[in-house]
Amino acid sequence: MSNSVISVISRFLEEYKTKTSNKLKVVDAYLFYILLTGALQFLYCLLVGTFPFNSFLAGFISCVGAFILGVCLRIQVNPENKGDFLSISQERAFADFLLAHTVLHLVVINFIG
Amino acid sequence: MAEHHTVTDGKHKASPNAGGSLHGNSRPNVASGGGGKGGLSGGLAQPAGWQSLLSFTILFLAWLAGFSSRLFAVIRFESIIHEFDPWFNYRSTHHLTTNGFYEFLNWFDERSWYPLGRIVGGTVYPGLMVTAGLIHYVLNLLHLTVHIRDVCVFLAPVFSGLTSISTFLLTRELWNQGAGLLAACFIAIVPGYISRSVAGSFDNEGIAIFALQFTYYLWVKSIKTGSVFWSIGCCLSYFYMVSAWGGYVFIINLIPLHVFVLLLMQRYSRRVYIAYSTFYIVGLVLSMQIPFVGFQPIRTSEHMAAAGVFALLQAYAFLQYLKNRLTKQEFQTLFFLGVALAAGVVFLTVIYLTYTGELWTVSYAKIHIPIIASVSEHQPTTWVSFFFDLHILVCTFPAGLWFCIKNVNDERVFVALYAISAVYFAGVMVRLMLTLTPVVCMLSAIAFSSVFEHYLGDDMKRENPPVEDSSDEDDKRNSGNLYDKAGKVRKHVSEQEKAEEGLGPNIKSIVTMLMLMLLMMFAVHCTWVTSNAYSSPSVVLASYNHDGTRNILDDFREAYYWLRQNTDEHARVMSWWDYGYQIAGMANRTTLVDNNTWNNSHIALVGKAMSSNESAAYEIMRSLDVDYVLIIFGGVIGYSGDDINKFLWMVRIAEGEHPKDIRESDYFTPQGEFRVDKAGSPVLLSCLMYKMSYYRFGEMQLDFRTPPGFDRTRNAEIGNKDIKFKHLEEAFTSEHWLVRIYKVKKLDNREPLDHKLRSIVPRPKYTSKKV
Repeated sequence: MSNSVISVISRFLEEYKTKTSNKLKVVDAYLFYILLTGALQFLYCLLVGTFPFNSFLAGFISCVGAFILGVCLRIQVNPENKGDFLSISQERAFADFLLAHTVLHLVVINFIG
Repeated sequence: MAEHHTVTDGKHKASPNAGGSLHGNSRPNVASGGGGKGGLSGGLAQPAGWQSLLSFTILFLAWLAGFSSRLFAVIRFESIIHEFDPWFNYRSTHHLTTNGFYEFLNWFDERSWYPLGRIVGGTVYPGLMVTAGLIHYVLNLLHLTVHIRDVCVFLAPVFSGLTSISTFLLTRELWNQGAGLLAACFIAIVPGYISRSVAGSFDNEGIAIFALQFTYYLWVKSIKTGSVFWSIGCCLSYFYMVSAWGGYVFIINLIPLHVFVLLLMQRYSRRVYIAYSTFYIVGLVLSMQIPFVGFQPIRTSEHMAAAGVFALLQAYAFLQYLKNRLTKQEFQTLFFLGVALAAGVVFLTVIYLTYTGELWTVSYAKIHIPIIASVSEHQPTTWVSFFFDLHILVCTFPAGLWFCIKNVNDERVFVALYAISAVYFAGVMVRLMLTLTPVVCMLSAIAFSSVFEHYLGDDMKRENPPVEDSSDEDDKRNSGNLYDKAGKVRKHVSEQEKAEEGLGPNIKSIVTMLMLMLLMMFAVHCTWVTSNAYSSPSVVLASYNHDGTRNILDDFREAYYWLRQNTDEHARVMSWWDYGYQIAGMANRTTLVDNNTWNNSHIALVGKAMSSNESAAYEIMRSLDVDYVLIIFGGVIGYSGDDINKFLWMVRIAEGEHPKDIRESDYFTPQGEFRVDKAGSPVLLSCLMYKMSYYRFGEMQLDFRTPPGFDRTRNAEIGNKDIKFKHLEEAFTSEHWLVRIYKVKKLDNREPLDHKLRSIVPRPKYTSKKV
């Protein structure tokens, strides 16, 4: 069972390296970095405690939000998904991404306290 | 009234044209464009221009109709804040405009809930006050010096127009423009919404329904386009809704439910993922900015559904991504592993939450806490309320729901879920009829629009695809005439129709007439209901004599202004919690308990004081530093909302906290009746509330048919006519004895002795008998 899981995962990674374009790989690297930051914050919270809770939430939600927005950008920019998003060009997707980040960070700065 | 007829006629002339030139669901675009041109007798080159002009005019008229319909109370009485809760909102807004935003957000009110005080900034939804304050600020900046009270009074009617527009936008996304216009007109005048948004009712629901509809519109738009821009718009509108009303919980549960049902129906798409993920995460952090909401979105059970669906959606999307990459075998192995992990995590979370007691506390409060049970708006809804508030819309709305389910797509699933959940909640509490009203308006508009489209616009469209051009021209000209002269049959039209299996023009015109009559009756009913049932300020009472002249009872304001002008500024007034906000707003005096009812023990103390005898009550009043006691007494005019009628609730609430001192059964006769006459229970006849209500009432004879001391509300002659006070004295009684204010006397300088004065018995004088 575990053997097959490992072989599945290695095959998936192999296909990922070859099939995905460079643009998407850049986005994926950014997403991985955000994931690490979020995990680090959560680890800190578990070790040191939740005070002040609003600051922890602000930081953590900022990571999760950035991750989600990155995923949305990746979906909208991926040429395979063009059929779903006829009215949204790549530039529009990026502009939406920037707008969403502006709103997210304004709120996070207010919440950090 | 003429206005409403114009609106209904206007909208009916518009909707067939709008339905004709802008297609419904399945008509081809080109044919209907051509049909539209022909239908307007070919003289207008830009049907789209005329269409938008008509839409604009209809929406403007709907706004005007909604605004005017809510002005009955202002015209009959004056521009005044109504009822109870709006007085607190007005007082807070006044504080905001005089002291600034940060003073308002950090306000600690020491003039209510004496001696505890109330943290207003953290226990109020600031959206309403900030909206009113902002409008006041902008108007004053433009040197239009409007008083804040007028802004507050007219805020709800103005926002009702905005609600009409957002309902139009939402219904247009769901169905078509004709249905949108109908929905806008319905919601402008429907009584279910008017009841909470008349001019003077300065309450959260006035702006919250606008925020609700606008959020739902933006949500439907973001599901349809899959664009992050619309999702962010939805988040910002959701933030406004969270700041405006506690009913935002409805949104944060309905939207996840919608996503979940879409997943179950195999309608998952990347647009749904983008829309919901963005909405949830940015909406979450935005909603926590309101101090009152605080950390609730990640702690309470009401918000857990949203988080659960968010996690589920992430997992589902990731699995979809993998599925596209891997073969079936490989996918299955990973899938089983993933499902096992997820099930384990969910199981542990549920155990943890149940252990900390967060998960199951939903309807416990409604049944077991007497304060919540006593509010009349929390009672279950009767059938009469449904018809009274919605008239024919409640009959046509299931038809609209059926149309939505029959032609289902992503957004119509949403409105079907909205309708079902709203119907359930409206059946539970009268107050929640308000959340049912928008969806009923939308679905009825869809039903009406489909009917009109079928019975009015069918001729033009049916001919277009299979028939050639020359007969097309003929038909369009004739169907243009059909609208003007209903019932007059053209010869070759009827021949053409005999060839197809259609409806005769007679049936069409009969059905159209019937629908129009129903809509006219609806408009008449709405205006009547608004005028008679929902336009009373509650602060001012009016009665009508036999000859129709009006008799105004302004006792409340008379009493509150007496308090304002004749008592010390720091005097403390004790009354039942219903009147707390009004006393704080109009009389500007410190109160003990008010409508916020956040501290049950404090209210129970006041209840105990009202239900005990005078000496025990005096001890409680001394401990709370009470200077004045205010009660409402309706026995002279027959007002049934007075304190003696509410008395049993006072006893119940007091008994909840002090079961040894107060027992509800003491206040009933041995037979179990609640009587105020001689047969009444002696505990009732000597309690403070009874004495205060009926002091000197025993000398008053209202008319020659009834004995003195005859209580008109209870229809009984009072039992204890000889009332004397030891620790209180009467300070003020209003003109019709509605409001009675008593002053609490300070302790005497000397304690009087309790026992009788020593009586000196003259001793017999001893006279000596010696000579």
